[in-house]
Formats: sequence, C-alpha cells, structure tokens
Amino acid sequence: MNFIGIDIGSTAAKTIVFDGTRIISSFILPTGWSSKETAGQIRTHLRTAGFDVDSDDTRTIATGYGRISVEYADKILTEISCHGKGGSALLAGDGVIIDVGGQDTKIITVENGVAVRFLMNDKCSAGTGKFIEIMANRMGVDINELFALAQKGNPITISSMCTVFAESEVISQIGAGKSREDITAGIVESVVSRVALLASRHEKPDKYFLTGGLSLNPYFAKRLSQKLGQAVYTCEMGQYAGALGAALLAAEKLQ
Amino acid sequence: MLKLPENFQDYSEARQQGFIKLKELKERGKKVVGIFCTYTPTEMVLAAGAVPVGLCGMSDEPIPAAEKFLPKNLCPLIKSSYGFAVSDTCPYFYFSDMILAETTCDGKKKMYEMMNELKYTHVMQLPPGRSGSTALHSWYDEMLRLKEVLEQQLETVITEDDLRNAIRLKNRERKATLDFFEIGRLKPSPVSGYEISTIMDSNSFIFDTEEKIAILEERTAQLKKDYQENFAGKPSRPRILITGCPSGGVRDKIIRQIEELGADMVAFENCSGPRAQKDLVAEDKDPYLALAEKYLRINCSVMSPNPERIEALGEMLDEYSVDGVIEIILQACHTFAIESYRVRKFVTEEKGLPYMALETDYSQTDTGQINTRISAFLEIID
Ligand code: SF4
Ligand code: SF4
Repeated sequence: MNFIGIDIGSTAAKTIVFDGTRIISSFILPTGWSSKETAGQIRTHLRTAGFDVDSDDTRTIATGYGRISVEYADKILTEISCHGKGGSALLAGDGVIIDVGGQDTKIITVENGVAVRFLMNDKCSAGTGKFIEIMANRMGVDINELFALAQKGNPITISSMCTVFAESEVISQIGAGKSREDITAGIVESVVSRVALLASRHEKPDKYFLTGGLSLNPYFAKRLSQKLGQAVYTCEMGQYAGALGAALLAAEKLQ
Repeated sequence: MLKLPENFQDYSEARQQGFIKLKELKERGKKVVGIFCTYTPTEMVLAAGAVPVGLCGMSDEPIPAAEKFLPKNLCPLIKSSYGFAVSDTCPYFYFSDMILAETTCDGKKKMYEMMNELKYTHVMQLPPGRSGSTALHSWYDEMLRLKEVLEQQLETVITEDDLRNAIRLKNRERKATLDFFEIGRLKPSPVSGYEISTIMDSNSFIFDTEEKIAILEERTAQLKKDYQENFAGKPSRPRILITGCPSGGVRDKIIRQIEELGADMVAFENCSGPRAQKDLVAEDKDPYLALAEKYLRINCSVMSPNPERIEALGEMLDEYSVDGVIEIILQACHTFAIESYRVRKFVTEEKGLPYMALETDYSQTDTGQINTRISAFLEIID
C-alpha cells in the first residue's frame, strides 16, 4: 500500500509518496492560477511515476490552501495537522514549527507528535513569503538574490504593518538613495520580526523548526534564530513538511 | 450538516416579517424605542407602554455608508448600526420614536453622540465597573432619570405597578429563554447552534412578550421530545462554546461553518447567551433598585474588572460538557480583544480545553482563512 500526501500551497504544490516505511517519491510543481489544474497535473505526474491515485492500493490525503481541489483525495486535512505531523517527523520530536508559507505564516506547537495549538497571521500578508516576493519584485531581483544582497546590508527600518504601505516605504527609501543592500536587509528584518513576534505568543519550546519555502534559505533561519534567541532547525525536506505529514497521516488513519 | 427544523425561519426573514407587524403597531399608536445592548433595561420601555426593538447592526451592507463619517478601523457592529441609521435603510430605526443607549464601549458611546443628530438618543451613563463605591448609586439614579426621559419623550406616565408587571413578565421571558438555551446541555445536542443564535436575535422582532414566551416554550418542548426519541444515547460530535463579541453578524461565516465542518455549537457565552438570562430582576424590592442591581451585574467586557465573566464561563464549560472554546473578536473591539488574554489562560490552563480566538469583521474576504482555522481547530479536538 502506498500513502500519498499532496500539499497545494499558494505558490508551490508538494507531493510525497510513502510506502509505510520510506519516502519513495517526492516532487514539487508550481501552483498555477487554478489549483484544480495543478491537482490534475499531480495526478498525471504520479501516474507516469507508476502510482495510480485511483487504485485500491493507494490512500491520498490532500492539504494546503488548494486542498479542496484535489477531488481524488480520500481525505482532506488542514495545513495545521499536516505540518504538525510532518514537521515533527522531520524534527524527530516535539517543538514549535514555524511555517512561513507563500500565503500565510503558521506557528504550530507539537506535543507527542501531534499539533496541539496553532496561530496564523491575520489577513495581512506582511510576515509571509508573499511579502518577500512582492518586495523582491519591487527591487527587480529574485528571492535568492534578495537574500544574498540582504546579508551584506545594514537593515533600514520598515515600520508599516501592511504590505501596501511597506511597499511605498520601500519605494521612498529607493528614492532617497539608500543602498540596495540596506533596503533588502530591512525587508528581511521586517519579516523576521513579524514571524518572531507571532512565534513568541506560544510558549518557548526546546526546539524551533522552520518549514515552508523560506526554510531553504539559511540566512533567514539564522536571523530568525537570533531574534528568537534560540536555535532554529531547518532541513532539506522542510518544504515538504505538509505533504509528508499528509502522507504519514494517510498511513495512520486510512490503512 | 445543520439540524434545522422544517419551518425554520432565518434571521432576515424574521426581520422582514417584523417590519409589517411594527408598522401596524405604529398605526395603532404604539410607541417604539430602538435599543442596542443587553444593558438596556427593557422593563422600563415596556412599563412606558412602548415596544423595544433591537437595532444592533449585523450586516455588512450599510458599512460603506457609515465609513463616510466614522473611522474605517472601528468595530463592524458599530459601523453597521450607524450605517443603517444614517443611510435610512433600517425600517426599525425609522419607526423608532427614540433611541435608548448606554455608555458601554468607547466606540459605541461616541457613535451615539452622532446618532443623536439623526434621532433623539438618550444615553444612560453606565458605570465603567461594578466595584466602584458610587457605581450602584449612580446607575440607580440613571434608572430614575430614564423614567423621566421616557415619560417626557413618549408622553406617558410610568407607574410602579406597570414597572412591577413588566419585571415579572420579563423574568418569565428570561426563564423561557434559559430553558431553551439549556437544550444545548443535552448530549448529543438535538438543536443546531445556528438555530439558537437565529432565534435569539430574531426574537427582538416579536413585539408581544407573551408570544415570545409561547414560541420558546413550544420549541423547547419539541426539542426535548426530539432528544428522547432520536438523540439520547447516540454519539456526540465535538461540542463548541462560543464566547466574545456579539456573534449575530458572523452567524453564517462562523457559527454555520463550525457546524458544517462537523461540530455542534452548544453554548453561547456572549451577550445573547444564557449569562444574562440566568440572573433575574428581584421582584420584592424597589423596582428601580432591582433593575439597577440586575443590569449592573451583566458581565460584559466593557466592565472593569470583570472576573464574573470568567466565573460564568467556567460554569458553562461544565454544564454544557464543552470540548473546545472559540472566541469571536470583532475587529477593533478592544475590550474583548484584551480580555481574551484572560479567557485563553482560564480555558487552556485551568480548564485544560482547547481555545482559539478568531478576529474578524462582517466582510466575506476572510472566509477561506476562517474555514482553515476552524477546520484545524476541530482536527485538534478530534
Ligand atoms: S457585548 Fe457588551 S456592550 Fe456589546 S451589546 Fe453586548 S452587552 Fe452591550
Ligand atoms: S463588539 Fe466590542 S467594540 Fe463592538 S460594540 Fe461591542 S464592545 Fe463595542
């Protein structure tokens, strides 16, 4: 029996196939404008790799913001349960999972391997991956370049709570001739502060674990750990935490 | 899945039906007093021979009209209430001979100053806390002043007998309401929280208290029977208690969703819930003092300090066998937003139950996020 976890986020769709003991396949596709179409692409992709989601021999759980579009899933669960599960598997234990996603940021406290408390940022996209994306666009760089620049800078202060206003603050700083390094450092700093503030509303754990797209960026994790005053762990599979959790929960609940 | 009765009437239907009835009453010379809050001593309105009608804004529609005059960053309930008035789109406001309000939260009391420009608004000076040495005294004086104001504005006389009768009548209504609410204590609950919430808000559009009592008693009896026949001994879904700001304006966005996503909404610890119904007005003393005492005991977050709310919440968590608490915080409502710190601590640490606060407004822009949060909360309870 194979257990498939599909996590359709706002920018990337992650899929994991788990055979009960090992991860036997994983892939990422960009989420297009329609999550329904993305779900279809994942199905095709899986079929090519030899996994048939319709067979009696597979169980599928979908999660993420596009979860309801995965019509062939046997069950849908929220990102919270899946990130909690997957994050704790990657972390090998309990702790607080910080997931900075494209659309929202989640703080999940995991006890005994399951999510027990969570917080999400409110409506606004400040403090999410989206904010960095918008700002990178504004600066005419991609996200990796933005982080590379930021490491060399001395952060300016961005005080606005709202992405729209923060964007105009950035524009006026560009106009004022501030260096690209300082501005990008300020952008990263503003996300780090906001994420840290959200995380500080949960009790301080032994371990923080950063998942989601931004976990791939060591500089971000480093700044976050400085802000929180505690080690922030990341791992290569960090982006797959939700999909992995979904696959593991499928193995647990849908045998 | 919602358990609604066949003849279920939703809030907007009830609101519409009320228009016609109120118009008839007006034509027969009845006076109407528009009210907004649980602190309003409706007994006084009844004793003055008038009918009280709730004007509390629960819809998104009039908010743009209100935002021409009020700050955007204000509680949606206040904006909606004022928006209806200023855009002249609420027949109940239109039919009201006067408005009766209280100095509860800052947003409301300042809004009432503006409302007074549209229609005579009497604002009772509610003390900011119960424990102050002059609190009861000044609130008692406010009751006496209200008598004069009502007599003058409505051209009538309030006799002590009228007031005592009104107190007895309202106490009976409270008991009937409480019995209805307490159906939620049955496990599994035979009633949808959506229905409870709708009936409580729609009741404001039934102008005959006896009729209200009869409707409540009938429904309670039906539900008890239904429980015996179809629910007793069956498994229960997770049982949720709602607390925080008034929930009428987010009934579809939150209450309905909670039930559709697989839980039962069994209890409301907010101003339309049992907390105000349990506590009756004393019938054996100076009626003005009895009213002052009762209405000062209401444990809304506008009171400081407000430990009674936590006590009441604790009782309800036990009585209604609650599995999780969801607090509704309307955007920019400071008193409930701040008090949520205490509520969270109490629920999670002392009661060991899951708690989640949802900050929201009346718009539809965050329905997806609200759904994810509610689903995740229910997955955690499971
Ligand atoms: S929440 Fe408090 S101030 Fe608001 S209507 Fe209810 S009792 Fe009045
Ligand atoms: S919800 Fe809060 S801000 Fe809004 S009217 Fe009631 S007490 Fe005031």
